[in-house]
Amino acid sequence: MPPDAAPERPAAPHVHVVTGKGGTGKTTVAAALAMALAPPGGRTLLVEVEGRQSIASLFDTAPLPYAERHVGTAPGGGEVFALAVDAEDALFEYLSMFYKLGRAGKALRKLGAIDFATTIAPGLRDILLTGKVKEAATRREHGRRIYDAVVLDAPPTGRVSKFLNVTVEASKLAKAGPIRTHSDGVARLLHSRATAVHVVTRLEEMPVQETADTVGELTALKLPVGNVIVNAVSPPLLEGARVTKAGLRRDLAKVGLPTSAAVVEGLLAEARDHQSRLAVEAGLREELARLDHPVVELPLLADGVDASGLNTLAERLRETL
Amino acid sequence: MTQVIPSLDVDALIGNPCTRVVVCCGSGGVGKTTTAASLALRAAEEHGRDTVVLTIDPARRLAQSLGLAELDNTPRRVDKVDGGRLDAMMLDMKRTFDEVVLSHTTPEQAAEIFSNPFYQAMSGTFAGTQEYMAMEKLAQLRARGDWDLIVVDTPPSRSALDFLDAPARLARFLDGRMMRLLTASSRGGHSVFSLMTASMSFFTRTINKILGGRMLTDIATFAASLDSTFGGFRTRAEATYRALQDPQTAFLVVAAPEPDAIREAIYFTRRLTEERMPLEGMVLNRSHQVSAAGISAQRALGAAEGLAEAGVDTFTADVLRVHARLTTTVATEERIAARYGAACPQVPQVRVPAFPTDVHDLEDLRKVAVNLTAPA
Repeated sequence: MPPDAAPERPAAPHVHVVTGKGGTGKTTVAAALAMALAPPGGRTLLVEVEGRQSIASLFDTAPLPYAERHVGTAPGGGEVFALAVDAEDALFEYLSMFYKLGRAGKALRKLGAIDFATTIAPGLRDILLTGKVKEAATRREHGRRIYDAVVLDAPPTGRVSKFLNVTVEASKLAKAGPIRTHSDGVARLLHSRATAVHVVTRLEEMPVQETADTVGELTALKLPVGNVIVNAVSPPLLEGARVTKAGLRRDLAKVGLPTSAAVVEGLLAEARDHQSRLAVEAGLREELARLDHPVVELPLLADGVDASGLNTLAERLRETL
Repeated sequence: MTQVIPSLDVDALIGNPCTRVVVCCGSGGVGKTTTAASLALRAAEEHGRDTVVLTIDPARRLAQSLGLAELDNTPRRVDKVDGGRLDAMMLDMKRTFDEVVLSHTTPEQAAEIFSNPFYQAMSGTFAGTQEYMAMEKLAQLRARGDWDLIVVDTPPSRSALDFLDAPARLARFLDGRMMRLLTASSRGGHSVFSLMTASMSFFTRTINKILGGRMLTDIATFAASLDSTFGGFRTRAEATYRALQDPQTAFLVVAAPEPDAIREAIYFTRRLTEERMPLEGMVLNRSHQVSAAGISAQRALGAAEGLAEAGVDTFTADVLRVHARLTTTVATEERIAARYGAACPQVPQVRVPAFPTDVHDLEDLRKVAVNLTAPA
């Protein structure tokens, strides 16, 4: 810390951005995080921006409208709300704060102006989406923030840096005007200590490689990286164990299992495959440790992701964050 | 009655001189790139065909083993291939977009387009651009006529369908009302919205206030240049699409035994059928297999407990737990994979086992190819 800085305790982040390679369980982790961050009597908001309705299918509810809906209750009684942000609705909501659009708004919609603008300038779309996140995260009632935390299920690792780096995108396109002002405000929040960007991975080569790339990109853009979250980790059986055919055969006989060559060799082959997988995972863990950000491991949910599985993950996250 | 699913004969497909293009499609993270690369290697080595593989986003070490360290958007010879010839390239989306612009316009106009901030934003991120550019590159490779077989990996899109929908979306965008409005006004030299009726003047003022005049000018200029450049582009998109329906093309749907991947594979199979695209089969990657057959998960877990009770503290109990876990995984995967067979019973399938370690070099690719062509 520079000597002239005020000795102020850094505020805990209340905007949590969750990214990860497709297939790593990004949405599941975001949902578990929203539950983990909801204190008894408090509430959190889980936001999705890609129009996939993944939150609705995860919580087994009807497709989410452009409105904040209650989707779940965290262990301890905190409430989780969810919102699916749509760029077009976000734009009209934003504009109506400053202008009476009336007929012009209808004309804009009819012309497909929004679709057009967000197609040739995807950066504009991202500003609208992140802008809505900022609005929800800073909304107050009776001097208190409405949401204890806002968790954003963000685009996957390949696109997230561009998505979050809104000022740069905006300044290329909008040199001045309300959109520029808006994006500057969003960028300030996203680059501040109020935000943490978490990267979800699995102990597999491609996701770990993308995690390392993404952490590097985010750091270069001065976006605050939070935790690396390793999802779906299996318990480590047979680590460093030496298994022999003779030993196996003897023990199998003791418990009345078949001891044919096919069974013994089959079990041995399965054990060896499992051990080579462990060795690969150990190497990947080292790569993740070298990234110099806290690494949190979440267990593989044997029965699939359901409400009780989400609670398990939420409790684990609450212990470590 | 159990449905008999036909099995896919991959060697017959890639060895057939009539097969000129193989497109591997499916959702992200199912091993499309690995499948494409091993098919291409097999075609070159075992069938002696001059082959090129177009990859989109390979894992770093796999890319290195294919000699793809250099990203120059042109095919390069792969070393240490026994038999035929194999070239490989990695798609550079931005550069392909630039090439298309250059081939349709004068260098001066191209320079103007390249410097427009909206071109810079769009060529990098337009939804579907990567899919479209992969198709564009495929058309270029076909036109060169240097290869007997072209194997294409498709982009890791949000949805596998983006790949089929991108050309139409681009065309719809170029034909859209906004586009026509902007190009007309820019051609006539009027202010962008002067064509609108007087009742719209309030709207115009609002737009100007929000966006600023400079931004509108940039958009209009960009729209005009796109229109003049991309008229031919649209025709080309349609031609490329039709070329995919050619019987010389073979589509392979790649999936893994996971719910999302199987759902995507079913959607994709239906779409390909609707669009009359020649679908040849489905490759199910990463299927786990039990080696010690005949011992159920419950029995293995029971035996592990029995060993613990008997005070046996060897690793055998853990070996049995590993076996129980594997058996459960295989059962789950079977159940998930069966959804595809039930939805698309006529599509031939081949299963490739899950490898404990990742695929890194040509030797690994050969192993994958052996499993693709001679399934257990």
